[in-house]
Amino acid sequence: MENKANNNSKKAPVVLFVAKEKEPLFSKANRKLMTDPLNDNNPISVQVLGICSALAITVQLRPAIVMALAVMAVVVFSNLIVSLLRNLIPNRIRIIVQLVIVAALVILVDQVLKAFAYDVSKQLSVFVGLIITNCIVMGRLEAFALGNGPWKSVLDGIGNSLGYGVILIIVAFFRELLGSGKLFGFEVLGHKGVTVAESTGLYALGYENNGLMLLSPMALIVVGIIIWFQRMKNRKLIETH
Amino acid sequence: MNRDSNAYTFIFAIIMVVVVASALAFTAVSLKPMQDDNIRKEKMQNILATIGIKVERPEAEAAFNQYFKKENQLSLTKDGDVDESVDAFNINLTSEIKKPVDEQRFPLFIAEKEGSEYYVIPLRGAGLWDAIWGYVALDDDMNTIKGVVFDHKGETPGLGAEITQTYFQERFSDKKIEDENGNFVGITVMKGGSQGNDNAIDAISGATITSRGVENMIKERLEHYLNYFKKEQSKVALN
Repeated sequence: MENKANNNSKKAPVVLFVAKEKEPLFSKANRKLMTDPLNDNNPISVQVLGICSALAITVQLRPAIVMALAVMAVVVFSNLIVSLLRNLIPNRIRIIVQLVIVAALVILVDQVLKAFAYDVSKQLSVFVGLIITNCIVMGRLEAFALGNGPWKSVLDGIGNSLGYGVILIIVAFFRELLGSGKLFGFEVLGHKGVTVAESTGLYALGYENNGLMLLSPMALIVVGIIIWFQRMKNRKLIETH
Repeated sequence: MNRDSNAYTFIFAIIMVVVVASALAFTAVSLKPMQDDNIRKEKMQNILATIGIKVERPEAEAAFNQYFKKENQLSLTKDGDVDESVDAFNINLTSEIKKPVDEQRFPLFIAEKEGSEYYVIPLRGAGLWDAIWGYVALDDDMNTIKGVVFDHKGETPGLGAEITQTYFQERFSDKKIEDENGNFVGITVMKGGSQGNDNAIDAISGATITSRGVENMIKERLEHYLNYFKKEQSKVALN
């Protein structure tokens, strides 16, 4: 059921026909491409893709947001390029072609960040390179961009990277808050001194940060809780046997 | 042309590789000067920060040249002599540290600020996951720490990565690298109880190995400058 929208639009003739009819840029079907991945077809909480980076860079909010933006740039542009080339790419080496396009884009993003946003690039360090291995990128190319026109592919890229980013930011919010008592580096729960007497806010009452939240396994547990909540609210996601 | 034929596949692959490679090579080459400039200026910013001067990256170069005169950027041998043939600022500690001690050159940056002199020493060592590095500035008694700056490649955020935070770096100010008898001891990073101890600071809880890395790095690097400091101090005494 999750892939219904994709399957319908996968047949090339349908897309051509729609294009001739001058479908409005933000028609209902196109809007659905962007909103679906936010909830019903979320890449992390429903498709369970891109988990690796969700573990690695969600200790603090700022890197999580920058990572979400970097992934968005890569997904949108690789979707666009593959969609433009979709009738030229030889079928037998299509995965290799996709990989080359994604890798080239990631290196470009990395180089540009190093030249023009040096501080951001330092913060992301190796994780920019790891976008290449993010299954969401390859997944969207293979499942969507190869069978759809450029505009739809761009919308699909934006939608999926937003769906990815939203989960990343939620996880980072809880991990930074409970793990280090901060949000965006600000001490929202009060200042933790060396002794209780020197502390303010919650720490003065004897509150302690949960160091476990800073370690990767807790990201999985937070993602698990998000999936649980999402399925509680969204009955469509529950499989019937 | 048949999209499934071998010829088409080969031609497509060749064209793709050539196009992608030249695009990447072009960007890498054209952005290289800007990237190197960022790295150089960041180094200047870090060195300036140890003597208490915070500048934005665009102003880093001017400020650096103002406080650190070219003739005050020294490359030292392990015996404390100045090697004129090596440019101290361009010494790459990553590769330098792997050489035998005799062949290593130790960069030292001497700042003149408001009438006093500061000695800035670059550091490099190992944290928990990867390299850590930094700069330490000593007052002109060559003993009291003026300020430190640390950075790291991949320490755990929220734990080891906290060495880049000011609250940790401020703990080093006014600590001494020599004990009461004038012997070099470095700075011990200990679990609490460093109050009143001039040679120790509090570690970051949960980051024992990174904290120990900082301690070892300071001890190992500063040790090589002791000969130079001794010579300088005896010069001062003679005058």
